[in-house]
Amino acid sequence: MYLSTVSRPVTDPPGPRRRRFAMVSGNVVALGTVSLITDVSAEMVAAVLPLYLVLGLHLSPVAFGVLDGVHTGTTALLRVVGGFVADRFRRRKLIAGTGYALSAVAKLGLLLAGRSVPAIGAVIAVDRLGKGIRSAPRDTLITLSTPPEALGRAFGVHRAMDSIGAFLGPLAAFAVLLAVGQSYDAVFVTSFCVAALAVVVLVLFVRERPTDGPDDPRVSVREAFGLLRSRPARRLVLAAALLGLSTIGDGFVYLLLQRREDLGLRWFPLLAVGTSLAYLLLAAPLGVLADRIGRLPVVVGGYAALGVTYLLLSGPAHGWPMLTLTLALYGAFYAATDGVLIALAGPVLPARLRTTGIALVQTGQALAYLVSSILFGLAWQAWGPQNAARAAALAVGVVLVGTLLLLASPSRSVPRRVFR
Amino acid sequence: MTTMSTRAKIAVVAASAVLLGAVAAGYAATAAEPARTPPPATDERAVTLTPGPRLLAITDRYVSSVAAADPAGPRTVSGLECLRVYAAAGTGVCLRPETAWSYQVVVLDSALRQTRAVSVPGLPNRARVSASGRMVSWTTFVGGDSYTASGFSTRTGILDTVTGTTVPSLEEFAITRDGRGYRNADVNYWGVTFTADDNRFYATLSTQGRRYLVRGDLAARTVETVKENVECPSLSPDGTRLAFKEAIDGDPAKGWRLSVLDLASMRVTATAETTSVDDQAAWLDGATLAYTLRGSDGRPDVWSVPADGSGTPTLLIPGAESPSPLT
Repeated sequence: MYLSTVSRPVTDPPGPRRRRFAMVSGNVVALGTVSLITDVSAEMVAAVLPLYLVLGLHLSPVAFGVLDGVHTGTTALLRVVGGFVADRFRRRKLIAGTGYALSAVAKLGLLLAGRSVPAIGAVIAVDRLGKGIRSAPRDTLITLSTPPEALGRAFGVHRAMDSIGAFLGPLAAFAVLLAVGQSYDAVFVTSFCVAALAVVVLVLFVRERPTDGPDDPRVSVREAFGLLRSRPARRLVLAAALLGLSTIGDGFVYLLLQRREDLGLRWFPLLAVGTSLAYLLLAAPLGVLADRIGRLPVVVGGYAALGVTYLLLSGPAHGWPMLTLTLALYGAFYAATDGVLIALAGPVLPARLRTTGIALVQTGQALAYLVSSILFGLAWQAWGPQNAARAAALAVGVVLVGTLLLLASPSRSVPRRVFR
Repeated sequence: MTTMSTRAKIAVVAASAVLLGAVAAGYAATAAEPARTPPPATDERAVTLTPGPRLLAITDRYVSSVAAADPAGPRTVSGLECLRVYAAAGTGVCLRPETAWSYQVVVLDSALRQTRAVSVPGLPNRARVSASGRMVSWTTFVGGDSYTASGFSTRTGILDTVTGTTVPSLEEFAITRDGRGYRNADVNYWGVTFTADDNRFYATLSTQGRRYLVRGDLAARTVETVKENVECPSLSPDGTRLAFKEAIDGDPAKGWRLSVLDLASMRVTATAETTSVDDQAAWLDGATLAYTLRGSDGRPDVWSVPADGSGTPTLLIPGAESPSPLT
């Protein structure tokens, strides 16, 4: 049933030490490298953008908040369209590459936009668009170059490499600023060059294997809609959206944490660093675990970690151990769900329509998260932060039961054990 | 491409890396700003905050002063680097870089000597001192902790220089909105101005996309909304009027009109300044406002305009920002 499995038999690893790496295909390492380099580029800009807007251009950031919500909906739609185009023309690599290239060009766009708020808004939108359309074809390429029983590991390694890039980006940005003074332009040009290098690596090293014969009919719009009529795919998208509904967003988590711990405000950015560190360290091991014990248990475990995180945010415990535990659990939540959910989804979706399917899963999650962050904001207003966090923990519990009912049907479509 | 050997591919990637690295380095070399030449007069004692007929402002990042009678004339520049400055009754506040990526609020005595320093999160935005010189306030922009994830939020703090009491963020204060208790995670404050009792103050509160003028009570740790669409209030020396920036049609994206609110009648008078003003204005006297405007290249100038809506704006201190009368 799975062409990728048939065409790429698993070779026995040469020894226990090399086992983990040998089980990840060269294509996954290539895609991981592209993500790593791209994230260096993206986080370089993200780190200095506030400085640039406020101190470089003397713009009022309040005006930028207005631009934000509009783009989310557009990106969601284009993500699915991009996924469908990638499937229809069997050009996942091309669509992913277009996404990476768009984001690279956006870095140069910042130079050209000058002090014009609409132009800067447009450039940021192009950057988001590039990010939006590349992730589904990239994840599809990972599933197509990995046997189904090793998908957890492949996504774990990919996401870990991705986060390493995110870690290095801000350091690179500040290195450039230290070297050239307050020239933000130099950061943007450097970021563009780094992003362009990632595109070169993608073009040269990422391979796309045909998922079906040249004479097979092309994927039609009707067939794409038919995806949602197939029970397993529909359940998967529903479950992803449901899970998305239980996430309140990093902003709220860090705000709750900072308030209850009375943390010095300037330590605030370190909360995100702590979470990323846990994510980086746990992504690969939890991916491997997902291949051993099943992906659904790991995803469920991840959301359970999220529920405990929310309980800790509303509970009586205080102090550094509690802070560390909260960040570790929150990072574990990301490590156990972000890649593993796609590893769970991949084999359920037919290879012909996999990019569309993955795009639907990611879009469902993104839109649900938008709704849940607004709901949490309302809950905060009505009940106060502590009770809102308790409600969020409760929501995680309800959503988990729903997800289990949706996905843990007897017709399990994900292999639990590696067939040897 | 598929016919290339791995070795050839690695060679191409290496060559690309060298080429792109050269582009980045070349651009950085041409774009790097020449090292800032120290300002002409670097004697820190030359600029003082002692009350007198002078105006304080920032010239090319350094604290400077000019004669009130001849603001475009000779300028005294100190060696103190600040992004925002304000002073009253011999007390100054300066928002300045602490490290390459953090800032601090520095309280200054009349000789520009540091008496206190508080590390603050985010990027400097507003700074004020109460008329008596006792209370100090600041606002910074903080990226990415509002629940829209990529939006900015603000942090506004207050320091009592007599007791040393610090309020790191007004977000801890209890809010009464339109007569009823209110709370929300998206609450942000900016632009504090103090009343003569050094306890009550005015500021901007933003929530759910609306911006309110609030009256606050430091001792009681409360604020209450007074009026909508009033930002960056600045109380007149006699305490009867507030200069503020009013978002055009209530939409900050359209810019701000510098206006004055009469607190007794609650009547708003727009000033003759029609260019969008994104600043917390300073009262030069009971009838004149000073504020910063930026050209299309981002360079600042200090302008002034009558507070009663009459007259026309005049260029006050060219090439300067963050004006403050030395009263």
